[in-house]
Amino acid sequence: MFDVPVLRFGKSYDSMEKVDINHFETGETLARLHQATGAMVKMDLRKAQQSREALRQFSIDDLIEKCKQAADLYLNAELPCGTGKLTPEQFCNMQSATTGIPISLCAFNMRKNAYVLSHMGEVIDALTRGLPHEILSKGYGMESRGVMVSYQATTPILGAVLPSNSPGVHTLWLPAIPMQIGLMLKPGSQEFWTPYRITEAFFAAGIPREAISLYPGGHDVGGGLLSDAHRCMIFGSQQTVQQHAGNPRVSVHGPGFSKIILGDDLVDRWEDYLDIMVDSVAANGGRGCINCSSIYASRHTKEIAQAIAKKMSEIVPLPTTDPKAILAASTTAGVAESVSNQIDEGLKDGYSTDVSAAFHGGNRIGKLGKSEYLLPTVIHCSSPEAKLANAEYMFPFTSVVECPQNQMIKAIGPTLVCTAITEDPKFTQQLLDAYNIDRLNIGRVKTVQLNWLQPHEGNLVEFLFRNRAFQNSPPPAH
Amino acid sequence: MAMVDSAKIAAAKDRLDQHTVETIHWHFSPETGSPFWLEKAKTFNFDPLKEVKSFEDLKKFPHFEDDWLRGGPISRWVPKGLAGKPVYVFETGGTTGLPKSRMVIEDHWIDYEEFSKTLDDKWFPPGSNWLMLGPSGPRRLRLAIEHLAQYRGGICFCIDLDPRWVVKLLKQGRIKEAEDYKNHCIDQVLTILKGGHDIKCAFMTPKLLEALALKLIDNGSSIAEEGITGIFGGGTEFSPQWYRYCCEELLGPDVFMTPTYGNTLMGLACSKPFDPADNYKITYHAPQPRAAIEVVDFKDYNKVVDYGQTGRVKLYTMTKELFVPGFMERDEGERELPCDKFPWDGISGTRPFHEIAKSTTVGVY
Repeated sequence: MFDVPVLRFGKSYDSMEKVDINHFETGETLARLHQATGAMVKMDLRKAQQSREALRQFSIDDLIEKCKQAADLYLNAELPCGTGKLTPEQFCNMQSATTGIPISLCAFNMRKNAYVLSHMGEVIDALTRGLPHEILSKGYGMESRGVMVSYQATTPILGAVLPSNSPGVHTLWLPAIPMQIGLMLKPGSQEFWTPYRITEAFFAAGIPREAISLYPGGHDVGGGLLSDAHRCMIFGSQQTVQQHAGNPRVSVHGPGFSKIILGDDLVDRWEDYLDIMVDSVAANGGRGCINCSSIYASRHTKEIAQAIAKKMSEIVPLPTTDPKAILAASTTAGVAESVSNQIDEGLKDGYSTDVSAAFHGGNRIGKLGKSEYLLPTVIHCSSPEAKLANAEYMFPFTSVVECPQNQMIKAIGPTLVCTAITEDPKFTQQLLDAYNIDRLNIGRVKTVQLNWLQPHEGNLVEFLFRNRAFQNSPPPAH
Repeated sequence: MAMVDSAKIAAAKDRLDQHTVETIHWHFSPETGSPFWLEKAKTFNFDPLKEVKSFEDLKKFPHFEDDWLRGGPISRWVPKGLAGKPVYVFETGGTTGLPKSRMVIEDHWIDYEEFSKTLDDKWFPPGSNWLMLGPSGPRRLRLAIEHLAQYRGGICFCIDLDPRWVVKLLKQGRIKEAEDYKNHCIDQVLTILKGGHDIKCAFMTPKLLEALALKLIDNGSSIAEEGITGIFGGGTEFSPQWYRYCCEELLGPDVFMTPTYGNTLMGLACSKPFDPADNYKITYHAPQPRAAIEVVDFKDYNKVVDYGQTGRVKLYTMTKELFVPGFMERDEGERELPCDKFPWDGISGTRPFHEIAKSTTVGVY
């Protein structure tokens, strides 16, 4: 057992308030996580400029190189974690022990984060559309086409209120460091492991300690970041999304409600796309916002639902140590039952049928040892009006919704990732024009197959920098 | 306990027992008692006048119920022995429904005069002016702080703050508006501080202290630079971590803050003098014998827990104006040993009672 203190500008701060972090199954205390307070965060935000100043001692190119070193260290080295040290294997074991996520998926998410770190140069080039790096550092500069441009940082640090559901979400804040913007993070209560490990990898690679602060703690910590940071991202529920909608200082990442839609031109060949649908629903334990939560088609929906349910019935609870494990255990008592009851409630609307019931004997909650698991679930909805036609849960869950193609785009509602199986040019154009779709995939792309060179729920560069006018000479006469 | 003279503890206990008996005689004698208690006594299976001979005997009373304080007529609480004196009414709660009301004549003055004796003149210089940064309206605190300032020879400057409105905003999820309201309160303080009133002492709630300190930092100043040397903190819970942060980062070495725990029924419990060895643990001691608190078992409210153990706060108020035998507070904490300055039990770690904490909006200001 070791202590994981608060990190304030890279310095350990021993809080008087600590929370025991226990193994979800055995109850063994694995670590004591020190708790920050909202007041502490607010005070530090007033000193946040030091984070940016520390990073500006290095060029963006230098920082990108350090990110590459950090990727290797994060993936392969023994790194400090508070007063302890963790090898990559120990790190995965710990993460799995507090989140219930299978160890193999912990390792998969490590590789995902490391990939973004090691390809940081390409990521930055893609997000900035090839902007010379010195323009971000200096605030202005001449592009190769001879145009003066200015990008002014909107904040010295990026705040982030992070979740515990999927360790892959940490890819989103990583590019801040090479862009010379510091980090003030509130890690999730169960999945604080990744922010701490990446931070230590950054430090070991030579990123200045003043650049990063980590504040595990209660709601007041998140509140402090959201109220006082100039730019903050938050991961949360639909309620969280509504609460911060329209606030330019907050980038909200809520449920994804990601979807696959089958166009009328290809829906009769749905079996060719079965693997894409199943993987989109179940990959990474179905816990992410990029997992597909609904599949829309105008016909064959019952057969599609049946085939997905049959295929996903092979996914069963396995020990977290089993390399084939996909399902995450429910680490909080009563949560699995509560989610299952919500689904049962949704089934009462007259449009919906639990197609998976035949495969799991009507019991959606599986048990392994003391742990509970929500078993993969497929709901057939005969109408987009069904309550479960647009629902998202943190396990392999999808509804297969019967809906005419001409109503589909409107019916799917806000959608983070939409994979459209169609070659119909007219429908493709309509999808391209749809405002309710964030990431659009046309063709054989799983919803979970993200290209990190693409922006995700807004472009981080546009969030952290303001493209404004700058002149140091008069314009041409006109 | 070895550090405290056992004779002092025994003397305090004797004083409490004696005060208990005197209080019972006042409140249950037909000539001096309040209509409420004289009527209630008819339902008891014991005679308070004959059978209460010590503080322990107060356990013969049924638990004091919240609802007895809701609604009127408020005059039923006025002891006959004090009839004709000007009466204040102070409220607690009341965001929705009937608030609890307490009638007061001079208790708030007496309580704060007693409290005044615990303040160190070095940090709270007599004659200096005060700032009251807490709730206004039908609350005891505002008038009590003003009296404290006047009693110490100063003048008190106050702000408008309606906590019921803040609770409504928070319950409706209108966080931004609650934040705006807090800023409105802080703006009022900044205006007062700019006025050149030579304010050296203040009452502040933790949240408002923090908001003011941060605002002053934003303005290139600090609480110390504004000339404030002593702060009497109260109103909501103080965690040791917050206390440490407040001392180390918000106030610095030139400003002293003393946490208190109190409410409309009890008066004011002072904290044990700051000792680095306590590691910022805050221990409160009730203003005995006018009020006493016990830390009692969650399942048996007549059983005091062992020292260091956790229990719910049970309050006894015994003044000439109000008698409250065993009111179950909405707080819990750990029972603490007597100390030299307060040779009777204390309580540390006060926080909302866990069974109701989730359903209550606390610490809004």
